[in-house]
Amino acid sequence: MLTAKHTLVAMVTDKPGVLNRAASLFRRRGFNIDSITVGHSELPHVSRMTIVVVGTAAMVEQVRKQLEKLVDVIKVADVTGEGTIIRELALIKVKATPSTRGEIMQIVDIFRAKIIDVSTDSLVIEATGDEDKLSSLYNMLRGFGIKELARTGCVAMVRGGAKSAPIDKESLKDIQ
Amino acid sequence: MKKTGSQILCECLINEGVDVMFGILGGVVIPFYDTLPQYPQLKHILVAHEQGGAHAAEGYARATGKVGVCIATSGPGATNLVTGIADAYMDSVPLVAITGQVARPLIGRDAFQEIDITGITLPITKHNYLVTDTASLATIVNEAFYLASTGRPGPVLIDIPKDVLTSTAEFNYPEKASLPGYKPTVRGHSSQISRAAKVINEAKKPLIVAGRGAIISQAYEELKQLAETAQIPVITTLLGISSFPESHILSYGWLGMHGMAYANLAVEECDLLIAVGMRFDDRVTGKISGFAPNAKIIHIDIDPAEIGKNVRVDVPIVGDIKPILKSLNKEINKTEHLEWISRMDLLRKEHPSINIRDTESIIPQYVIRQIYEITRGDSIIVTGVGQHQMWAAQHFWFDKPNSLITSGGLGTMGYGLPAAMGAKVACPEETVWCIDGDGSFQMNIQELGTIARENIAVKIAIINNGYLGMVRQWQELFYEKRYVATSLQCPDFVKVADAYNIPGITVKDKIEVIPSIKKAMETEGPFLLNFIVEPEENVYPMVPAGAALSEVLEEPLKKVRCK
Ligand SMILES: Cc1ncc(C[n+]2csc(CCOP(=O)(O)OP(=O)(O)O)c2C)c(N)n1
Ligand SMILES: [Mg+2]
Repeated sequence: MLTAKHTLVAMVTDKPGVLNRAASLFRRRGFNIDSITVGHSELPHVSRMTIVVVGTAAMVEQVRKQLEKLVDVIKVADVTGEGTIIRELALIKVKATPSTRGEIMQIVDIFRAKIIDVSTDSLVIEATGDEDKLSSLYNMLRGFGIKELARTGCVAMVRGGAKSAPIDKESLKDIQ
Repeated sequence: MKKTGSQILCECLINEGVDVMFGILGGVVIPFYDTLPQYPQLKHILVAHEQGGAHAAEGYARATGKVGVCIATSGPGATNLVTGIADAYMDSVPLVAITGQVARPLIGRDAFQEIDITGITLPITKHNYLVTDTASLATIVNEAFYLASTGRPGPVLIDIPKDVLTSTAEFNYPEKASLPGYKPTVRGHSSQISRAAKVINEAKKPLIVAGRGAIISQAYEELKQLAETAQIPVITTLLGISSFPESHILSYGWLGMHGMAYANLAVEECDLLIAVGMRFDDRVTGKISGFAPNAKIIHIDIDPAEIGKNVRVDVPIVGDIKPILKSLNKEINKTEHLEWISRMDLLRKEHPSINIRDTESIIPQYVIRQIYEITRGDSIIVTGVGQHQMWAAQHFWFDKPNSLITSGGLGTMGYGLPAAMGAKVACPEETVWCIDGDGSFQMNIQELGTIARENIAVKIAIINNGYLGMVRQWQELFYEKRYVATSLQCPDFVKVADAYNIPGITVKDKIEVIPSIKKAMETEGPFLLNFIVEPEENVYPMVPAGAALSEVLEEPLKKVRCK
């Protein structure tokens, strides 16, 4: 069966332990998670999680339903597809000598990334983009010597006026 | 008015209709117990071990459909509940477990008897709470009971620090739990119901498989109507036993590892399988790729995550069984399925599966059949886990709705005695038999003390084969009879009972079986029968682990295959 990368958006109540509950669920059911991020949403008391998971369509649907079964999880949507913007932020600390600095700066320019720190022997680069872009940037820089890499994991949003994981009005009423 | 956390907890429990709780106290829950005398309507039964308390609460819940309540202190009290909570999780039993926790300032410092019980029970509860202030206690208790009892029932744990119990807060009982992330689907989708009806009306060889969901939903009448209208044979899962009367002409036993051969073979032959409130456990399906190979599958369940989890489903319907079947029945054509029914009858004739051999010694099957005859089936049967459990499920005839209470998903040895105790407390008018194994019985034997003190009239039948029999059977069949660590040296159970002032008889002769069961029935209060049975009797039919249902062994190593 075909496995593919899926991106799920989960709207959750901002109760303590909700990330732990989600993580525990993935571990115990043997779901392999690529990345999971959590942060505020536009709604008070509602946080938003983005989960990237690799699996067959049936397996990802299980992940979605099991996640939605958690009492603190209000809604989970699989937003995988053309109409979804996916972004991730990376900080990359790369070795840089006076002789390589120029070349690195050119690469950074091409990827529309930013240099945010310079020292005698290194540069810190900030880049945002989708997975592919960040991976190719990383690969381009590898030859210079990567000292550190930090990636945030993905956040996702569907294009256009619609919400990514709409919550019905009924549930919103209960959120205090 | 301001009340203490303890008082709030008591008032909430009363509001939720709790009449009895099973528990053991300890340092951090003394404040709660200290308020109990102010609330005489809350009966507390002191158990001997918290695991016994949890299973008793389960027995109570399964006999009544109401939420069972157990209580334990922090640390070891809480961890002793874990098996019971896990059991309730696997079998969808409504349970509220209340644990004491060390006072808030001590949390996180590895205080005496501090344990992270919400962390431990995270994957085995429907939800759990650590109460962080007294003002939120009432809301949490209200939510806990709502969660435990609605949708797919399950256990909810509330961990309450000692100082939350002793502090005060304004008390107002919330009218209705409001949980934005919890909206169980009750009504089935009408177009799905119509699709299912169409598939049923077109089927030539339909088969109903009813699980515990049908019992939880109390869909007895609706299930019967569906079966009778379209003349559909009914089989059940182990936990679905007693959802449909077993003496009904359309009843064909139960399927799975030790189910009837004809039920398992029917699954292979049917062209439509209507799964009603069951979850395709591997003990039920056998090898999944060989399960119902010729059938479309309609799956009705209240838990959307069960749909498609283990088997492919053609028509899913998510919601409460009872209203769904009610709507479905309106669209079902009256049909006969004469050919299919006679095929089923032939399967049953050729593979009788549950005949009892005539023997000189006592065999377990005979004992169970006699309990059936003498009670005329009018009893709640509670079991331990092992061979005796399977024989009880096979040889007792379950006609009475919800009359078998057994640990299915977790297969918890030690479940029988405390669960029987809880069932009897819940239904004092009912006869309750605990059919237990000599191994299982010893895992919560201490509850004889509770049974004696509270005079809980449970009738206990120990199927004493001197072995951890089910494991011995596997060793015999699959490990060349190497009986490593399965032989038991049991104490004299009648003497043990006697030490608790519970009367009992050891039965060694076959002619004593019937009189002893009668004696147990006639004696008021609890009674223990210790049946010394054939030690190496095996449970058949048997689908070996990993085999398809059609590969059922009917007798020692004789493979059944028909057509
Ligand atoms: C708590 C627990 N421990 C171990 C097992 C594994 N197990 C399953 S059946 C069984 C033997 C049960 O022996 P007994 O209660 O005497 O029943 P019998 O099979 O002899 O009827 C064992 C050890 C289990 N199910 N539960
Ligand atoms: Mg035994």
